[in-house]
Amino acid sequence: MANALIRMPKTAKRGEVIEIKTLIQHPMETGYRAGMNGTLIPRNIIEDFVCTYNGVEVCRMKLSSAIAANPFISFFTTATETGVLFFRWTGDEGFKVEETVSISVA
Amino acid sequence: MSLGSAGHVLLGLLVSLTAPALAQAPGERRSGYHDMSPSLQAMQDDEIANPGMLWVLDGEAMWNRKQGAAAKSCADCHGAVSTMAGVAARYPAFSGANPRPVDLAQRINLCRTDNQKADAYPYESKELLSLTAVVTRQSKDLPIAPPADPRLAPFVAAGADLFTQRQGQLNLSCAQCHEDNAGRKLAAATIPQAHPIGYPIYRLEWQSLGSLQRRLRNCLIGMRAEPYAYGADEYVALELYLASRARGMPIEAPGVRP
Ligand code: HEC
Ligand code: HEC
Repeated sequence: MANALIRMPKTAKRGEVIEIKTLIQHPMETGYRAGMNGTLIPRNIIEDFVCTYNGVEVCRMKLSSAIAANPFISFFTTATETGVLFFRWTGDEGFKVEETVSISVA
Repeated sequence: MSLGSAGHVLLGLLVSLTAPALAQAPGERRSGYHDMSPSLQAMQDDEIANPGMLWVLDGEAMWNRKQGAAAKSCADCHGAVSTMAGVAARYPAFSGANPRPVDLAQRINLCRTDNQKADAYPYESKELLSLTAVVTRQSKDLPIAPPADPRLAPFVAAGADLFTQRQGQLNLSCAQCHEDNAGRKLAAATIPQAHPIGYPIYRLEWQSLGSLQRRLRNCLIGMRAEPYAYGADEYVALELYLASRARGMPIEAPGVRP
């Protein structure tokens, strides 16, 4: 399975704006490149990234062929309550990686 | 940028490339890191933005995986991967009974074949890059420390000769770019001093991690010279010379480069 790295604070004050950084291993093959024999290499990209915070969607991103390999995505959200952030990357060829990270909010 | 597309720029450069190569004084040494934009420097520095760390993670998992007819993991013999601290700083070096110095990737492959009783990994394979990355990462911030082994001297000298010898259709030497013209522009790229301290690197142009040998092949192709085959003695000699030139500089692997 592809490696995914997530960095975010483990604890935060209620109402604090926190930064979440993610990095995932993926070739992001555009579908526009020709291989050695001149035929196109099939597209193989991550199409969708979503992050939910205790079930509420806080970030969603559509990715395209123009995104470089190993996409790095960072975004901000507000720490509202103690709970779990769920991350999912899905794409071509059945690609799916899911991760969860907990946060405690005081 | 791709050196291959810069032939006309090279020809312009040729006119000014007449001064003999001068060895650099240690105080003037500068990592290729400092020739990069602040955003690329930040990408290298932030473990979570540096894609090279994905290979380090793979290497960590591989370190503990039993392999080969011996059914042994690296950890079974070496313990935690942190015991590799300082090792990458000493390579290329003589190791075991091998009659020639080997670079770190070759040393790892010797453990594959001799100790795990498995097939050697191909050069630039994901596996070999990952193991090289995780072993090198253990030496992060440690100074390049070539061993004081007199047997190495002729190989370092051979590397110095290769570095200063003109070759290829453009009749250029490595030194003409990396000593005489370091810091100047070649098309969009700043010519770095060619220190090996970030390798293996994540190169944006490659969209992947790659070895120092791959970088050297790129320069050879840019010089319109025939690149040596992966694993050739010439690369090890060049790597040894580059290490001797970078003695004392801190390892920054996995580096990020444009
Ligand atoms: C069966 C035991 C064994 C296994 C398994 C093994 N090694 Fe080794 N390794 C050794 C020995 C012994 C040496 C010292 C070689 C010598 O000097 O002859 C060594 C040397 C090394 C060195 C050079 C260390 C130095 O200080 O110069 C590296 C790097 C290394 N091994 C990496 C690995 C990696 C990576 C793996 C897993 C892919 C691995 N080894 C698996 C026994 C092993
Ligand atoms: C025509 C000029 C030129 C010649 C000749 C040349 N290089 Fe390079 N080299 C470059 C440029 C430009 C870069 C940086 C490319 C980039 O960042 O896109 C580079 C990068 C490197 C690097 C990587 C440095 C780092 O910080 O990552 C090394 C090592 C290197 N060259 C070694 C060599 C060796 C060894 C030779 C001779 C076999 C050689 N080069 C010949 C222009 C040259």
